[in-house]
Amino acid sequence: MSFLDTLSVARPEVFLALASLVLLLVGAFAAPRGATLVSWLAAGALLFAAYLAATAPMGAIFNGGFVGDAASRFAKVGIYGMSAVGVILGSGWLSRLKAHQFEFPVLIVIAAVGMGMMASAGDLISLYVGVELQSLALYVLAAFRRDDAKASEAGLKYFVLGALSSGLLLYGASLIYGFAGSVRFTDIAAAAHAGVHNGVIFGLVFLIAGLGFKVSAAPFHMWTPDVYEGAPTPVVGFFGAAPKFAAMVLFARALGDAFPGAVDQWRSIIIILAVASMLLGAFAGLAQKNLKRLWAYSSIANVGYALVGLSAGSAEGYQSMLVFMVLYMVDVTGFFACLTALTRDGKPMETLEDMAGLMRERPGIALALTAFAISAIGFPPFSGFIGKVFVFRAIIDAGYSWVAVVGLVSSVVSAFYYLRLIKVMWFDATPGATDAPPVDARVIAYAAALFTLPVVILAMKGLDPLSKVAAAAFGLS
Amino acid sequence: MTGILSLTIFSPLIGVAALLVLSQFGGSRDAAGVNNAARWIALGTTLATFALSILVVAKFNPHIAGFQFVEDVDWFGGWRYRMGVDGISVLFVLLTAFLLPLCVVASWNSIDKRVIEYMIAFLVLEALVIGVFCALDIIVFYVFFEGQLVPMFLIIGVWGGKNRVYAAFKFFLYTLLGSVLMLAAILVMAGVAHTTSIPDLLNYHFDPKLQIWLWLAFFASFAVKMPMWPVHTWLPDAHVEAPTAGSVILAGILLKMGGYGFLRFSLPMFPSASHYFTPLVFTLSVIAVVYTSLVAFRQTDIKKLIAYSSIAHMGFVTMGIFSGNVQGEQGAIFQMLSHGVISGALFLCVGVVYDRMHTREIAFYGGLTSRMPWYAAVFLLFTMGNIGLPGTSGFVGEVLTMTGAYQASTWTAIVAATGVILSATYALTLYRRVMFGEITNPKLADISDLNWREIAVFTPLIIGALVLGVQPGLIFDVTAVSVDHLVEAYKAFGG
Repeated sequence: MSFLDTLSVARPEVFLALASLVLLLVGAFAAPRGATLVSWLAAGALLFAAYLAATAPMGAIFNGGFVGDAASRFAKVGIYGMSAVGVILGSGWLSRLKAHQFEFPVLIVIAAVGMGMMASAGDLISLYVGVELQSLALYVLAAFRRDDAKASEAGLKYFVLGALSSGLLLYGASLIYGFAGSVRFTDIAAAAHAGVHNGVIFGLVFLIAGLGFKVSAAPFHMWTPDVYEGAPTPVVGFFGAAPKFAAMVLFARALGDAFPGAVDQWRSIIIILAVASMLLGAFAGLAQKNLKRLWAYSSIANVGYALVGLSAGSAEGYQSMLVFMVLYMVDVTGFFACLTALTRDGKPMETLEDMAGLMRERPGIALALTAFAISAIGFPPFSGFIGKVFVFRAIIDAGYSWVAVVGLVSSVVSAFYYLRLIKVMWFDATPGATDAPPVDARVIAYAAALFTLPVVILAMKGLDPLSKVAAAAFGLS
Repeated sequence: MTGILSLTIFSPLIGVAALLVLSQFGGSRDAAGVNNAARWIALGTTLATFALSILVVAKFNPHIAGFQFVEDVDWFGGWRYRMGVDGISVLFVLLTAFLLPLCVVASWNSIDKRVIEYMIAFLVLEALVIGVFCALDIIVFYVFFEGQLVPMFLIIGVWGGKNRVYAAFKFFLYTLLGSVLMLAAILVMAGVAHTTSIPDLLNYHFDPKLQIWLWLAFFASFAVKMPMWPVHTWLPDAHVEAPTAGSVILAGILLKMGGYGFLRFSLPMFPSASHYFTPLVFTLSVIAVVYTSLVAFRQTDIKKLIAYSSIAHMGFVTMGIFSGNVQGEQGAIFQMLSHGVISGALFLCVGVVYDRMHTREIAFYGGLTSRMPWYAAVFLLFTMGNIGLPGTSGFVGEVLTMTGAYQASTWTAIVAATGVILSATYALTLYRRVMFGEITNPKLADISDLNWREIAVFTPLIIGALVLGVQPGLIFDVTAVSVDHLVEAYKAFGG
């Protein structure tokens, strides 16, 4: 295999990395109106990368450190597509604040390269590099409004705790390397096949803790509510979608490719994380008044559901996780697009009370928010229901029905706070007029809302077989 | 005739589309004109659906036990969009489509805020409820079964009474908790039997130990829906706060989904568990009949009284279903249909005086016969139907369910029979206090009798209650073959 053939497997990432450099140059020389231009170019580059990812050849390159397979292809199309949406949403928001800087889209592109690396990671090194590349870009994005104290706090908190978790991850990775004798997932799997050394399990626990932080699973969730509340709304919409998906795919890869023989060992840890996340997300959300905080707890609960699919430890479970995350990404992006679209007298509307009477004030946005809330309850036939049915079916088939029962009951608890949002919008009187919502956020919100109900019913016909193929590519079967 | 079921199910959604168009482009006209147009669109749609459902019943062949008008389209994940009706479900489709136009007419003047949204909620609800009775895929069934919570939540919460938010939340969360357990059971069944098709699951014999768990999970859902004592407490709240038409739908149709679920799932799919739990169901049914009748007697709110009487009547239904013989099942189905007509009519009766006086306190009224003779006659007829007077449809259902229960458990039937006396006590007391005597409350001095719109609503219900009362064979002819099939299968595997 020539070097160019080798590189062609990583075509989307190479393209994006180069694009980010070009975009930096364009931004630097096309000031002052460069930011808008760079945003559109970045969104185009990300969409083109999604196309490249869908068509890139498959194979393992760089001695197995970088894997292109059906799973990475599936994940990357979703990641790059959602990142493009994030660029459009965030740039529109920043330009309305007159705070548009061209670094914003470039940072998202860099984060996307990291996420692509995560989805394709074939050894512990590329795992770590991917995670760090993505995380460093996200830290900056969280604190992008540096004159805003809350955003700076969010960024700092995210950075400090993120660095800690990276340390855990690295420690786990070095232990695994030490005891298994290789960083490559396939070699670790082979070493573990002969009998898992306790040291490897020890390292695995650290690895899971580090990745648990990245996906914000309880009990590693502490940063999530603060970061969600402090970071700019469209950035949170981006945070909640693509990086979570990438981290879940990486999670699936690390466990499925490197430890297929130790399913019983890691399954119990993942189940603990999943159950803790679902319950914590459901109960802690009850007390929230700020919608961004509320959706942070909601995301913790949803990560719990995705982990339920992972913990099934079967191809069916992996597929359910992929389906769940894709559907969830659309939901969460749409929700934060709604929040981005809503302002009253120029101030963002972020609390439950702000939403009072929205159904009469802005029926379109209110209907979209209603759809996202109902979908988040897991209510049929909205997309959230389909995702939940997939994960619970997988865990029940794996023989852990009690996990499904816990998840379903916690979804009833969380139904209370989603219903409260609907109640406020539909039943209460409005405190005053809202500003006209901007076109970009509104279009994204409506598109996502339409996806959660009618479109998903047809989209599943395509998503189901695609995700099945993708899940089969992982080391499990 | 393929496609007619889907057409019936989704025909209300055509009305929804028309209403959405109206809400977007009707702005040039004044609000009253738009509201009126919305009412006419909703009425036309529900009547069209009713016509379709009559067509379904007319084309239905009652001599076949299996499912008819079957439609089968591949969905994903091994699930299929599968629809069909048999003798048990086809009449519920008719009942739903029959009550909806009446609901629209009953809300004609009483709902004047957000009319378009109100009608949309009702039409969506209708589509979902008809879907529940037609679904032949257990996941699709769940989608429809659960889906109706949201429109009902909004109907109670937006157009309801003073305490509507509490009632709406209670309704939603209660029902959801029951339903998610059923979802878990559905997923287990799909995993074990490797199919989600209801006809296939009906022929699949689950392990008796597993049946116990599955039965309990389904019971959690259907018992809440029904509702059975002691999980009935959401119903009085929901009824009292819901607008009149919401109560009619709730009592007339939504409660029936619980009974339908028992007939479609619990009994035939888990026969040995059903047999095992029959004493439990009998006990709860009898408690429901006696206890809630006594509770009804103590109510000061007319609507709450009727709500409790609904719970008591549903007690007869569960008793009949789990008696496991033909009389019991036939009686239970009949009782559900009859209750759909009679309790719907009673809630409409409450709506008549509530629209005029805006209170439902029993003590507020008295002596209405002198001012409202027509209303008094209508109310009397349905009160008698509620008691189960021979000649009304209420009688047939009660007698048959008790006959069926008598064969299964003598004591159950004897205790339940006291419920008939108790229902006479509370219903007649209510009638006396509201209708007889002199008008003492000066506010009632110029209350008006039924208007033409209200007479138009009550006429079909009166005809329904009386025709079913003297000619119950109309129902039994349709259900007989399917019920025989159900009972035979149950006896073969349940004991």
